[in-house]
Amino acid sequence: MKKFLIAVSALTMLGGAAISSAQASPSEDLKQFRAYFFKKFPGVKLQDYANGIYALDATRRFEWEAMEEFPPYEDGVEVGKKLFNKYDLGSCFQKGGIGIKQYYPYWDKKTQKVRTLEQDIMACLKKKGVDTKKAKIGWKKGKLAAISAYMAYTSRGKPTSVTIDPSKASLNAYNKGKIFFYAKRGQLNMACADCHVYNAGMLIRGNLLSPALGHTTHFPVWRRKWAKKTAAKKGKSGPLDGFGTIHRRYGGCNKQVRAKPFKAQSETYRDLEYFHTYMSNGIKLNGPSVRQ
Amino acid sequence: MQRRTFLKGSLAGTAVAVAVGAGLLTPRAVLAAWPKSAFKAKKIDDALAKLFGTADNTPSDKIAIKAPDIAENGAVVPVSVKASLDGVESIAILAAKNANPLTSSFSLGANALPQVSTRIKMGKTSDVIAVVKAGGKVYSARKNVKVTIGGCGG
Amino acid sequence: MASKTIKLRARAKGDTVTVKCLIKHPMETGMRKDKKTGKVIPAHFIQEVVCQHNGNTVLTADWGPAVSKNPYLSFAFTGGKPGDSVSISWVDNTGDKDSASTKIK
Repeated sequence: MKKFLIAVSALTMLGGAAISSAQASPSEDLKQFRAYFFKKFPGVKLQDYANGIYALDATRRFEWEAMEEFPPYEDGVEVGKKLFNKYDLGSCFQKGGIGIKQYYPYWDKKTQKVRTLEQDIMACLKKKGVDTKKAKIGWKKGKLAAISAYMAYTSRGKPTSVTIDPSKASLNAYNKGKIFFYAKRGQLNMACADCHVYNAGMLIRGNLLSPALGHTTHFPVWRRKWAKKTAAKKGKSGPLDGFGTIHRRYGGCNKQVRAKPFKAQSETYRDLEYFHTYMSNGIKLNGPSVRQ
Repeated sequence: MQRRTFLKGSLAGTAVAVAVGAGLLTPRAVLAAWPKSAFKAKKIDDALAKLFGTADNTPSDKIAIKAPDIAENGAVVPVSVKASLDGVESIAILAAKNANPLTSSFSLGANALPQVSTRIKMGKTSDVIAVVKAGGKVYSARKNVKVTIGGCGG
Repeated sequence: MASKTIKLRARAKGDTVTVKCLIKHPMETGMRKDKKTGKVIPAHFIQEVVCQHNGNTVLTADWGPAVSKNPYLSFAFTGGKPGDSVSISWVDNTGDKDSASTKIK
């Protein structure tokens, strides 16, 4: 109970910032979310937000474009494509699984829960009789992320099109995600919004904080940090090293404010993804993409 | 950006056409040609003397250095040098505060344009120095690049 | 047969051909220590890169270990047209080498 009260008070303290009260509709939230960022960064167009900090800083953009010339994820996406075809994953999805990522996550009426792309991929693998443990397919990185990256790649250019189901249960999940986003947590007592809304565009040590608007368009992401870490651990580099799903990043961000991370694909993170992705509706997908 | 669509094409499998083959290219015998003493030099003047025969150089505003003002990752700093001088024979890139300042040197053939782009390692914040030999004379330009450490994102 | 280490692109725009390549190579400086064994990791870096157009050398690069890992190189030249051949070859300090060629698009 105490946690919920804290969360609510965090909301009321916002005083007309990025969102309206907890009872407002998702479409109202979206309008206010965009208005906030448009005011904060005049001159940055809605579609530019898909590039995160590279829409805000020319110097960093120069380095990023240099990396994207021969993107480090090219080979990884090829691996994802091979796996996708090997396990015949297309047959589980609409349109053969090509160009459909913009609809994720969605409200699953059957389970009455938010459903993510990673969950549907896993479910398909299990349906095809793949022993995911033996094949070493986990939730946050590696092969699953590669398959998700391939599906993201085929969906490039499609505008984010998440539908918030109007049912009470769905709105409840949406609001839980919204509250999570704005609630402070961890020893550092920071909310997602602290970095990515109120301080977006500011420096935190040597890094620029990305705006939450447009956040989800480039996932799964190829992080140079993850690639370096994985290669160091294994002793050699592989094509999937830098990949990570959005839940991998949620966990990392929570750890950074010294909060205990939730498990990938936990209901908490799925609800967060529901709210978070909806806030980028309309912005064209451009994943996978290189990030720090 | 058009770049994205282009990448899709390359991944569609029509990628890079490559020639198989013995005798495709015969790089020069490396040990003879590689300017070892220039690369091992610890001071800028020594490196230039070993490379160009002289450490003398004239600062020129006809050499454009494109490099980030602040490099997020000192291990991969993109540097582009473009000279609008006549008769450019070679371009060298140095990182002033590296233990061995000379990072690379490029000899231009007859039809090459006087520009190169590469990525270098920088141990710390310092000037990136581009030295260009053109028409028998040596010119230079500098640009300061700050090298940072990562923050909460890194 | 694809080159193992070289990704190469050559594009013509008017009279100028721009070549971009990415080479997979550790570019080890010889100044790092293996964290587990404490031993110095030996220097292993590309020393020379030769770039040719239709068999003529356009650019020769001499590199030291301060060139980044998985090095990138871009340069441009005149007198090339779509369909011509551009090739890149490198040699490192251990004698390893590789080469690749492509057609200008």
